[in-house]
Amino acid sequence: MKYYATKISNNGNIAVDDTILVKGVQTAAGSRILKGFKPLFSAEAVTRLEAKGYTVSGKTNVGEFALDLVGEFSYYGEAEDTIKGAAAELVKSGEVKAALGVDVNGSTRRAAAISGVDFLKPTYGTVSRYGIISTAASGEQLGVYAADTSKIKEVMDVISGHDEKDGTSLKKEYDYTDTDDAHGKKVCIIKELLEKADDETKALINSYAEKLRKNGVEVEEISFDLCEVANTAWQILYSAETCNNLSRYDGVKYGYRAEGYKNIDELYVKSRTEGFNFLTKAVILYGSDVLSKNRYDDCYGKSLKVRRVVYEKFEELMKQYDAVLTPACSKKEFTAYSIDDAFVKVFEESIFTAIPNLIGTPALVSGSVQLMGTHFAESTLLSLAGSVERMGE
Amino acid sequence: MNYELVIGLETHVELNTQSKIFCSCGGHSSPKEANDCVCPACSGMPGMLPVMNKRVVELAVTAGLMLNCEISRYTTFDKKNYYYPDLPCAYQITQLNHPICTNGLVSVGKRDIRIKQIHMEEDAGKLVHEGKFSFVDFNRTSVPLIEIVTQPDFRSAEEVVAYLTKLKSMFRSGGISECEEGAMRCDINISVRPEGSEEYGVRTKIKNMSSLEAIERAIRYEAQRHIDALEFETEELVQETRRFDDVSGKTFAMRNKETEADYRYFPDANLMPIIIDDEWLEQIKSAKPVAIDEKADAYREAGISEKEIEMLIGNFKISKLLDDVISLGCNAKDSAAWILTDCAGILRKDGLLLSDLDITPEALSLVIKQVAEGKINRAAGKKVLIAVIEDKVDPMEFIKKNSLDAKVDEGAITAVIAKVIEANPTAVADYKGGKEKALQAIFGACMRELKGAGDPATLKSLLEKKLKD
Repeated sequence: MKYYATKISNNGNIAVDDTILVKGVQTAAGSRILKGFKPLFSAEAVTRLEAKGYTVSGKTNVGEFALDLVGEFSYYGEAEDTIKGAAAELVKSGEVKAALGVDVNGSTRRAAAISGVDFLKPTYGTVSRYGIISTAASGEQLGVYAADTSKIKEVMDVISGHDEKDGTSLKKEYDYTDTDDAHGKKVCIIKELLEKADDETKALINSYAEKLRKNGVEVEEISFDLCEVANTAWQILYSAETCNNLSRYDGVKYGYRAEGYKNIDELYVKSRTEGFNFLTKAVILYGSDVLSKNRYDDCYGKSLKVRRVVYEKFEELMKQYDAVLTPACSKKEFTAYSIDDAFVKVFEESIFTAIPNLIGTPALVSGSVQLMGTHFAESTLLSLAGSVERMGE
Repeated sequence: MNYELVIGLETHVELNTQSKIFCSCGGHSSPKEANDCVCPACSGMPGMLPVMNKRVVELAVTAGLMLNCEISRYTTFDKKNYYYPDLPCAYQITQLNHPICTNGLVSVGKRDIRIKQIHMEEDAGKLVHEGKFSFVDFNRTSVPLIEIVTQPDFRSAEEVVAYLTKLKSMFRSGGISECEEGAMRCDINISVRPEGSEEYGVRTKIKNMSSLEAIERAIRYEAQRHIDALEFETEELVQETRRFDDVSGKTFAMRNKETEADYRYFPDANLMPIIIDDEWLEQIKSAKPVAIDEKADAYREAGISEKEIEMLIGNFKISKLLDDVISLGCNAKDSAAWILTDCAGILRKDGLLLSDLDITPEALSLVIKQVAEGKINRAAGKKVLIAVIEDKVDPMEFIKKNSLDAKVDEGAITAVIAKVIEANPTAVADYKGGKEKALQAIFGACMRELKGAGDPATLKSLLEKKLKD
């Protein structure tokens, strides 16, 4: 597998997705439109890691702007029969201690689940978004791939914390401790999401639940009927924001510029037509439509209201439980498919991952399943996952 | 038929801040060459996030207070989407849903103009065309602006000009904007209707006007065009955006389809809502210069003349100096005369303007007080002032060194008077014969004899008393 879009160092111990800026190194978010773009500064998370002695090994391949399932549609990648995420596979190989990825629509969590490594998507506002190639500012968050919870803590302790360069960065202290004590915790399984998964995945959830029970965790199945509407709302919001954030890639300033244009409109149209892949274009068109005057109230406006309702209902649920156990995707393995089908496929798979993006809550993928919690519940999630990880197979 | 003109204005004002609205790039007036005041943020590079400049909020609130607006305690930013090479992100950050100020009111002559809202936004860059190439200059991108939107309350071009003149002097005196050439730009929404009608006519918008003279001409031309269309059916009026051509004095429809564009406004998730709490609002209020009308009224009440008020309003530096001197205990009317007549006169001799005045309120107030308290006379005061302005001397030291405060008692003055009367029998006779003017000559002679020392008021009363004997 081609792990890197751009390799930086042979002695690196941390990889960063190509959606994260590293000063002077091509950062293209898997897209042709940013071919040749070398940023003038590094992402805050990268700067903090380097200051603590970490060395970046390279820029791991991502699907264009991380909009796809796991990274299958990178301009700089290679086609594979079964699709996997580059950063997740690299972490699994043990070549690096950890990798950073941007979670905007679940591709990082799906990739971690498929490769069987951990990925933490932290609470919104805990890690600076300064220096990530932004698609959906209201829900994207930088997270960490690693082999186990202790390595996640190690990296999160470095990269989290207030950054004045990011207006959404919170002023708060965080705790990523795996307390090694899951006993007495209560976890629920969302029935509606379990039903969307195939038998193999259902079995995975059940066996994970069993392991939790063995560690003294109470697990029960419940109904939370807002998953579908939460996903639709997030697909609308993230498409709209992505459409807006990608409109700066116009061939004028940096990155890819098409040849043979006669005027500024042609320069825009040709550069963007040639620079973006079909999935990105579909997201842009969808996002443009939901923001249009006639559709705004029914689509974007309503999605903002849904966000509030889901937030309130999820918080209510989290008063009764410490965490939610769900699949991270509908099956254990995905085979290659045509990009023409990507928009619908991603839309459908995102039902498992959308809630944390929509309302800014944390999610941890471990053992190929997903644990979700309320805001700042990272330590609880890591403790639950850690207790299972230490049991072994 | 008589027609009534109906006009609403959208006025963009460049704010006087040290840095741009969402990044730390330096002030807008500093750049000398294209793109020398640009960073990754204001040139739209990926990875950069906007960070709010607090000063912009404070100046916008100050403007709102001056225009009697309600100040929003919760204000948010939205993105306005359109493609143009001078807009690096292909969206402008502005305020649509929760603007910072709403529902204001400002009087222009007898007319009350309602302010619909004031919102904050960033400026765009600029394109430079050379031959077959076009270049982009981002120096202006993200320069902070406020846009002041009025209701359609103007009924004449004169009212529009008076309103803009008032805004300019308000914003200058309030330190909100320098309002220099091009820093205040207007879009004029204009329609006409038969007198007495309540319904609005077809509205056109004249974009991007800055000179007051051109604004007046454009309104007159456009109003006549509307009236002709209604009266003589010269053309069919359509709602559209137009441009004023300064040379021909006519307006022309703009080719672009801006009126139909869908800007797909939506909230900017990178900027958290700004909460203006009581404490912050009070801070802004207390730092706010007194509104221009109130200030003029206060000056008027203190006995300052209309001509002097006119000089003071619109000159932030000088009116502040006056306010400072007054707050140090000087009489307002006296101080205004000292500044506007004496200081201005001293500067004029050196070919300088009043705005070049370089004197501390403390030094000036010392001079004024010395004279007011009769410790030195006014002529001596003027000498001190010249020395303070031109040679930066300490006023008290200068007075001591030159013995300007030499005590001249009534006895000495009386002696001088007797001496002068004896030496000027003609003048004395003239005065006694009814020639009031002669007194001035005798007085002058006494002053010369006293070598400028001595209190003029004492001298005058003693002199008059003596002459009446």
